[in-house]
Amino acid sequence: MSGQNEHKTMTLKLIVWRQNGKNGPGRFETYTAREITEHHSFLEMLDVVNEDLIKEGKEPIIFDHDCREGICGVCSQVINGVPHGGQERTTVCQLHMRKFKDGDTIYIEPWRARAFPILKDLMVDRSALDTIIQAGGYTSAHTGGAPDANAIPIPKPDAEYSMDAAECIGCGACVAACPNGAAMLFTGAKVAQLAVLPQGKVEAKERARAMIKAMQECGFGNCTNHYECQAACPKGIHVKFIARLNREYIRALIG
Amino acid sequence: MEILTNTVGRKVLMAVTGLFMLFFVIVHLLGNSTIFVGPSALNTYAEKLHSLGPLVWAFRAFMLAMLGVHVLFGVLLTLENWAANPGKYAVNRKLKANFSSETMIWTGALLFAFLVYHLLQFTLRVTPDIIPEAVAKRPGDVYAMVVGSFRHTAISLIYVGAMVVLFLHLKHGIQSFFQSLGWSNDRTLPRFETIGNVLSALFLLGYSAIPILILVGFLTR
Repeated sequence: MSGQNEHKTMTLKLIVWRQNGKNGPGRFETYTAREITEHHSFLEMLDVVNEDLIKEGKEPIIFDHDCREGICGVCSQVINGVPHGGQERTTVCQLHMRKFKDGDTIYIEPWRARAFPILKDLMVDRSALDTIIQAGGYTSAHTGGAPDANAIPIPKPDAEYSMDAAECIGCGACVAACPNGAAMLFTGAKVAQLAVLPQGKVEAKERARAMIKAMQECGFGNCTNHYECQAACPKGIHVKFIARLNREYIRALIG
Repeated sequence: MEILTNTVGRKVLMAVTGLFMLFFVIVHLLGNSTIFVGPSALNTYAEKLHSLGPLVWAFRAFMLAMLGVHVLFGVLLTLENWAANPGKYAVNRKLKANFSSETMIWTGALLFAFLVYHLLQFTLRVTPDIIPEAVAKRPGDVYAMVVGSFRHTAISLIYVGAMVVLFLHLKHGIQSFFQSLGWSNDRTLPRFETIGNVLSALFLLGYSAIPILILVGFLTR
């Protein structure tokens, strides 16, 4: 790497959704991101833009973020039409500016779904996902003190299956990507991770029913098997967990 | 009835009613294919069917019920989904959804319209291409009626167009059946998608072959 290359920067045109509050009308505003290097993460690029806005006495762009290492599920932006920007298994915070070219125009929008009302700019209220968890995304077995790690033997494939479902970080990209605003991938993963384990099997039937009911009451749409959710998921959660949710529900229905 | 209001329950209803209509599409194609054996084969087949009397009517009532449930919940689900996703993105890039999966309600509506037209044409025999005198003279000559109608380019084109729509609907619908009933997993889903593509392509080819072969003069009166 020559010294020259390290200082090479990009200038980008950002078209960002701005909205004052829950009911405020939203609009797109255009900004210029200057002095961006390929090493900036997408959120760091927005930090740079916000610094400039603050210096100009303007209100910075509000966006959700927390761990910035791709595990917390808080960052949530639709970049050029794809939640998290379309790099496979990558959250917005782990998307880097080397994926963009100098002079690019980037559209940045919030998650859009009836169940996720916009709070401000790019920040949406995702508490509907918590409501689904509260409806049954737990086990209520009394375990007493901490049990021995291997007191209940669990076959390796079951453990793997459960862990694959548990990879879900609850960011809501599946809802944002879904043409129907459905939360089936999220709910499917949360039902499946418990349904396959002995501790979770006890309440499997009530859980599937209750979580689906909560999902509907929160205003999420119906799944029509587009599989857009899986494609957008930063953790690669498979739609087999939606099939599992369907199976669990049918099982609950026929007794 | 919980199944009528539950989002997964409704998926199950869509899948099961769809399956029965898929069976009908298969059986209907097999029946139609007797035209390749010859005029008497098709006419004998039609006569046999009609001789079943009450059984035919029971079958028709059953298919009508399947269609009714499929249409009702298809429309309901679509309206709910439009309401659940009110804000469209300024930029919309799809990664997996495709034309076939995104147009189910429209291909469904077109198929419904075609079904009405198709029944008026070959079952009730009231469309302009059907010559009433010929039908009155020989009501059992289904072969002559079919060949007579498909000789009109426009009628054959409508038919083939409807089969393209059926192809699009089933390309998404067949694999969707397995997913909705919870029978698919990461290993089988791609196979179900292939089965859906192959079957819907076979239907397109099989059904379209009849009007096309009549148009090019391969099947004649």
